[in-house]
Amino acid sequence: MTSTPPPDVAPPRPAVPETADGTRGPAAAAEQTKISVRNLNFYYGEQQALHDNSLDVPAGSVTAIIGPSGCGKSTHIRVYNRIFELYRDQRATGEVWLDGENVLAPGVDVIELRRRVGMIFQKPTPFPLTVYENLAYGLRLHYRVKGSELDDRVEQALRAAALWDEVKDKLHRSGSALSGGQQQRLCIARAIAVEPEVLLMDEPTSAIDPVATSRIEELVVQLKERYTIVIVTHNMQQAARLSDFTGFFFQGRIIEFGTTTELFTNPKQKQTEDYITGRFG
Amino acid sequence: MTRRAHGRAPLLAEGLFRTAALTCAAFVLLVMAGLFVVLLYRSRLSIHRFGWGFLWSTAWDPVRDNFGAASSIFGTIISTLIAMLIAVPLSFIIALFLVEVAHPRIARPVSYGIELLAAIPSIIYGMWGLFVLAPLMATYVQPEMQKVVGKLPLFSGPPMGIGVLTAGLVLALMVLPFITAVVRDVFALVPAVMKEAGYGLGATTWEVTRKVTVGYGMKGIVGGVFLGLGRAIGETMAVTFVIGNDHRIAASLFASGNSIASTLANEFTEASEPVYLSALVELGLILFVVTLVIQVLAQLWLARLARQAGTIA
Repeated sequence: MTSTPPPDVAPPRPAVPETADGTRGPAAAAEQTKISVRNLNFYYGEQQALHDNSLDVPAGSVTAIIGPSGCGKSTHIRVYNRIFELYRDQRATGEVWLDGENVLAPGVDVIELRRRVGMIFQKPTPFPLTVYENLAYGLRLHYRVKGSELDDRVEQALRAAALWDEVKDKLHRSGSALSGGQQQRLCIARAIAVEPEVLLMDEPTSAIDPVATSRIEELVVQLKERYTIVIVTHNMQQAARLSDFTGFFFQGRIIEFGTTTELFTNPKQKQTEDYITGRFG
Repeated sequence: MTRRAHGRAPLLAEGLFRTAALTCAAFVLLVMAGLFVVLLYRSRLSIHRFGWGFLWSTAWDPVRDNFGAASSIFGTIISTLIAMLIAVPLSFIIALFLVEVAHPRIARPVSYGIELLAAIPSIIYGMWGLFVLAPLMATYVQPEMQKVVGKLPLFSGPPMGIGVLTAGLVLALMVLPFITAVVRDVFALVPAVMKEAGYGLGATTWEVTRKVTVGYGMKGIVGGVFLGLGRAIGETMAVTFVIGNDHRIAASLFASGNSIASTLANEFTEASEPVYLSALVELGLILFVVTLVIQVLAQLWLARLARQAGTIA
């Protein structure tokens, strides 16, 4: 079974709108779908990096994306918030439905999209500002808040990111003076301060020491009650520990997508099995 | 044999290299110190005669050997200030355009053009200022400005074209490429992921630039601005052509004035009396010290910024 596996994932309940007015998908079922990707192709210039990706990200869960380096994991989630558009030669075709709205359609408010779909990067990215200002920056972009209300929302976000106790006396010190793990939680706090619905995490612990990593993993589990989380990781144990659903990517294709338990204990595809048993990648 | 060559010769070379490098580095400091000592020594006559009063005396009377630096200092400060007020924001906008907005096919030729501006000798700027810009200012710009702002003392007097304002404009054009080039490089060096983090929060290009990019590149930006300032403050030929060379402090930007550098360029050859010459050297000393102080202040300010933000490497 070395031939190309079927790329279509047969999602149980897509969030694609059925109605012609395109307002909302049939998402009222028990397992609500937050993001539906359909036939996503991605190009770096002439080179195609993603081939016909289709998958459904269930709401209020952690979805892990695994696969060997260069398989298109990061590229895939970078379409969800259209951050790839910052680069002139990058192009995506297909559909990414967020709550029944195709985010790749022209006329989508990218600023509002990026508020709703936050992103955490491989390396912590504290802005060259104080801890407080790092959070206030995002808040001021989207809300008219100031004074004690702003203070409150900064505190809330830092508490939600399990960082408040460690930084409450350092709010007006530089964000980059924090430790690597704290910086990453600061970035998570900054992302959730603007009340997103989805959090994209692109290998968020790969530059972080093991102790700090486990704190971030705990945080991810806590956060999934309020946010839909998509996490790219090259660490299979992490995917197994954290996620409810897992997608295995290989050479720009989604080889297999399913519940994490199913995918790790009973993979349907030979390539998935080879990868999770460490035979390649 | 080979073993010995490997074992000993590098040590000797290392030592020689160290000494050579140290000598070169020390030489820079020696030149600085030497310049200062010579300027101080050659201006002793003037310092004895006028004391601290030299700094705020507006007198400039070669016949009675009575000199003061106030008008030159004033002209230097005002023309530099005008230049920086125009060049700094403009450089920012151009650099922002080149790095964040423009297509590479447009950004590259514009970039080259700006670098070419920096290569034009200052005397060309001076001639252009005198023969092209000054008449334009006299015929169109200055009368229009007077119409718009009315009788403000800042823009009063006959629109002659040459004067402090025109000198400031020429200076702005001269320092623009330097600041732009530095700011452009600084913007381009900000890690892509930092910008992505800003955009990922839903910020616009301007919002990312204002806080993230500028914050990240503050040290380089300040460096670029001070590079421009350093050039503007000591620029001689271009200013001498268009500033009018008049030893007075006028409220109007349209009036003629002078700067330290223009005074030196104009009058060194005519300074026959020892005190006259000494006064000119003291002007040079002032320029030297002022430039040094600005650099030191810039460094201190940067150090303070770095402590506050703790980021800038």
